[in-house]
Amino acid sequence: MDDLRELYQQVILDHNKNPKNFGKIAAANRTAEGYNPLCGDRIDLYLQVEDDVIKDISFEGAGCAISKSSASVMTTVLKGKSIAEAEQLFKKFQKLITSEPGTEPDLKDLGKLAIFCGVREFPLRVKCAGLAWHTMVAALKNENTIVSTE
Amino acid sequence: MKTVVESLRVAGPPAYAVNGFDVERIRADFPILRQKVRGKPLVFLDSAATSQKPQVVIEAISNYYETQNANIHRGVYYLSELATNAYEGARQKIKEFINANSIKEIVFVRGATEGINLVASSYGRKNIKAGDEIVISAMEHHSNIVPWQMLCEETGAKLRVIPINDDGELILEEYQKLLNKKTKLVAIVHISNSLGTINPIKRIVDIAHDSKVPVLVDGAQAMPHTKVDVKKLDCDFFVFSSHKIFGPTGVGVLYAKEALLEKMPPYQGGGDMIKSVTFEKTLYNDLPYRFEAGTPNIAGAIGLGKALDYVAGIGYENIAAHEKELLRHATEALSTIKSLRIIGTAKEKAAVISFVIDGIHPHDVGTILDRDGIAIRTGHHCTQPVMARFKVPATSRASLAFYNTKTEVDLLVKGLHHVIKLMS
Ligand SMILES: Cc1ncc(COP(=O)(O)O)c(C=O)c1O
Repeated sequence: MDDLRELYQQVILDHNKNPKNFGKIAAANRTAEGYNPLCGDRIDLYLQVEDDVIKDISFEGAGCAISKSSASVMTTVLKGKSIAEAEQLFKKFQKLITSEPGTEPDLKDLGKLAIFCGVREFPLRVKCAGLAWHTMVAALKNENTIVSTE
Repeated sequence: MKTVVESLRVAGPPAYAVNGFDVERIRADFPILRQKVRGKPLVFLDSAATSQKPQVVIEAISNYYETQNANIHRGVYYLSELATNAYEGARQKIKEFINANSIKEIVFVRGATEGINLVASSYGRKNIKAGDEIVISAMEHHSNIVPWQMLCEETGAKLRVIPINDDGELILEEYQKLLNKKTKLVAIVHISNSLGTINPIKRIVDIAHDSKVPVLVDGAQAMPHTKVDVKKLDCDFFVFSSHKIFGPTGVGVLYAKEALLEKMPPYQGGGDMIKSVTFEKTLYNDLPYRFEAGTPNIAGAIGLGKALDYVAGIGYENIAAHEKELLRHATEALSTIKSLRIIGTAKEKAAVISFVIDGIHPHDVGTILDRDGIAIRTGHHCTQPVMARFKVPATSRASLAFYNTKTEVDLLVKGLHHVIKLMS
């Protein structure tokens, strides 16, 4: 019960119901599509990158509470960050959600992304939390291919 | 080829059939159902994905490895003869179980998927040409879509799709309209794994035969729920997987009418499918061995044979009666949840219930139920076109077998209330 509450924290549920930066941005110059064949989750990511800085970012798609809230929180965190910072955060985030349950999580620099710490108790849901991030990295590389978690 | 058939008769009816249907006694036959999951009793509601195995099946497999293991059809020694007898005995059982004419019509494959691929590759490549049409339905499992798509891509044939109505039933008038001179095959699911719909398969076969079109039936979900008689159905091909009918994974059956099999080229080349090989010429083996290249899943086939014995011991009438009551109870109980909608409301339905809950993604439903020890399937169930038809990204699916109980259904409903509370 406790680990479920940990996974589905109120903030996560709020982002799920009212996602931030949901929709398409007209000035997007980097896009990518992410797909999780396991559950059919799909995300379209739009980025407006200028001088190596993410000026604007948004997403569309359908997915579970974890993938949707992860995408939503990610967009709020990445707006205004440089590409290098975004990639750095991706690595830290990935490390957090795949870290060993019970160990001390490294939350440094993660800010509000720390709410996804509970995901590591649910190995089957790591892909849900990571989908938006993998898609973001692909978009930055401007790979206009479909990113799959499989 | 020498094939010695083991005695098929069981000595008297097994205990579980004597006093009618007692679900608790049946559950005792399935060791896995005694398990606790995350501290709660396991509630296994995912039998459409794969069914659990009774002790007798597990024992048949371990007994084979402990006392009979040897390669079949080759050795002249004692163990090889035992193994060959057990393997061919299983084939004989299957033949009787589905009422085929001859063991020549029973080809062991890896499962329903491989059975369909075999037909697409062998029968399909030989008989289907550019401009021809293959008819499938909107409720097919991916394994009865993709092999035909691949064949179409290769040959230039076209795939035509029978639509379904809002209850998830085939629209037979549309099916009739699809059939024409170009139709070369109908490939259709007997019972849908995502909607539970039981298709009027005999009628579908008859309609196709009126136009002289052969029919492949995907019986993967039919076998665990209903008696299949291939002679009565008169279908040309029938495939099923052992693991969905309480047998082990990795083995399944392709039934095909002998006259069709006889004219089909081999699917794979290798050992056991040949009579003689020189570098100039290879003589292919007789039916059904021509389609069984390489060492097969011997233990799997034996396990499947035992699973069929077990099902026969319980009896399909008992299975159907119990499952009908479970389905009625589950449909009623789930309907009391206001935000829940059942997808697949066909009049003729197996105990498979797909549903969606407003504002809650099935994946989250599955994770939360799992913490209550309840196993359901969430996702598209390898039927993405069905999801598209009903405009949902995914569903949650509870699929029941004869070992499930009303109490388990009630636990599911309680679990769903917990899901809704947690997610709001
Ligand atoms: C209707 C149907 N057809 C075919 C298959 C494929 O069976 P297998 O994966 O055992 O080959 C399944 C399995 O889910 C099924 O439900």
